[in-house]
Amino acid sequence: MPVVTFTTTLERHLAAPVSTVPGATVREALDEVFRANPRLRGYVLDDQGRVRKHVVVFVDGELVADRIRLTDPVRPSSAVFVMQALSGG
Amino acid sequence: MNDAIHVATRKGLFLLERGARGWAVARVSFLGDPVSMVLDDRRDGSLYAALALGHFGVKLHRSDDRGRSWAEVRAPAFPAAPEGAGEAPTVHQLWALAAGGPREPGALWAGTIPAALFRSADRGESWTLVRSLWDRPERKDWAGGGYDEPGLHSISVDPRDPRRLLCAISSGGAWASEDGGETWASRSRGMYAEYMPPERREDPNVQDPHRLVQCAAAPEFLYVQHHNGVFRSTDGARTWTEITAIRPSKFGFAVAVHPADPRTAWFVPAVKDERRVPVDGRLVVARTRDGGESFEVLREGLPQEHAYDLVYRHGLDVSDDGERLVMGSTTGGLWISEDGGDRWQLLPARLPPIYQVAFGG
Repeated sequence: MPVVTFTTTLERHLAAPVSTVPGATVREALDEVFRANPRLRGYVLDDQGRVRKHVVVFVDGELVADRIRLTDPVRPSSAVFVMQALSGG
Repeated sequence: MNDAIHVATRKGLFLLERGARGWAVARVSFLGDPVSMVLDDRRDGSLYAALALGHFGVKLHRSDDRGRSWAEVRAPAFPAAPEGAGEAPTVHQLWALAAGGPREPGALWAGTIPAALFRSADRGESWTLVRSLWDRPERKDWAGGGYDEPGLHSISVDPRDPRRLLCAISSGGAWASEDGGETWASRSRGMYAEYMPPERREDPNVQDPHRLVQCAAAPEFLYVQHHNGVFRSTDGARTWTEITAIRPSKFGFAVAVHPADPRTAWFVPAVKDERRVPVDGRLVVARTRDGGESFEVLREGLPQEHAYDLVYRHGLDVSDDGERLVMGSTTGGLWISEDGGDRWQLLPARLPPIYQVAFGG
């Protein structure tokens, strides 16, 4: 199953541990994480469920293309990283 | 007497307390995080702090023990837009927070960028977008004022009847509801906009009231510091009259009105919009005691040389008895007056840029 890792800068605000979750797309994997940790959703996604402007998501080292619907595929062996973009900081 | 002051800054929330040796910082919360707004709810002693995290969005925290500990509650958020909708808004900043009426425990109002009003009935555990204002067709004419999108920054709840609300939007004019937010009416008549072509000058939906305040003891009396002038209303915002006696300039953001005397109000004038610094590098407060017919320019204790402090729209507050004033600037200067503005004292601290100051209970 894909492994989702969050930027450690989130730890100042809430717990965001590394999660191993099922999912075939970025959306499915993140939704699974948020199901267990609902407060985290609003830190990563905006009111409309899009990736926040100053958050970036990588799958296996590549920036995701679809920041609105999060349809980029993930494989069972994928590593997903949710990081802060330097643009916001 | 208000012996506490909350200071919301670019880098945290500071609590000042007045002790035997004067005012001093007593507590720092959220150090490093932008705190866009704080509310000290006098009805139950709760504190609310709105964060505008650069990466992770708008958050709202509540404290039930005067700021010793905080718990995150829900922040106002727009409902999901239908698939293919032209507009899919997200809250960028919480820009106003107000307590509901004394007999509406837990009721809160919040104003945001983009300009919207939200209501909570449960101390911020959940929020509802006030659709009746959001769906006004005039909203298409609202524009950003200092930010990319318009923002709702002033909410006044009439102390006599909490269903009577007044809001102000940069740039979208003033709006009133008399039925708790069910319906709204524009309340900008008399304001004018120098920044618009002549035929749009008096259009109510393009007015940029930087801040609107209401006198607690006489809620029909209101003041607005507008982008291009100062206005007063004595009829509950139905009509506005320009106050031209303001000195040394008519541009500014902040205004405070005496809670018991509607004729007394304070402003912090600055060089108008191209520069946004104090006139001649001298920080001053303009006070009227006759409803705007005349002004005194107060400067004792304020920097009078190379002062480039700008006081934002929420950067000035007056105590419940009208005697104490506090003022915080974009360069982190904070001044307190104990005599209605005659003399000011600089807080011995170098604070981050100040967004809001508010006397506590």
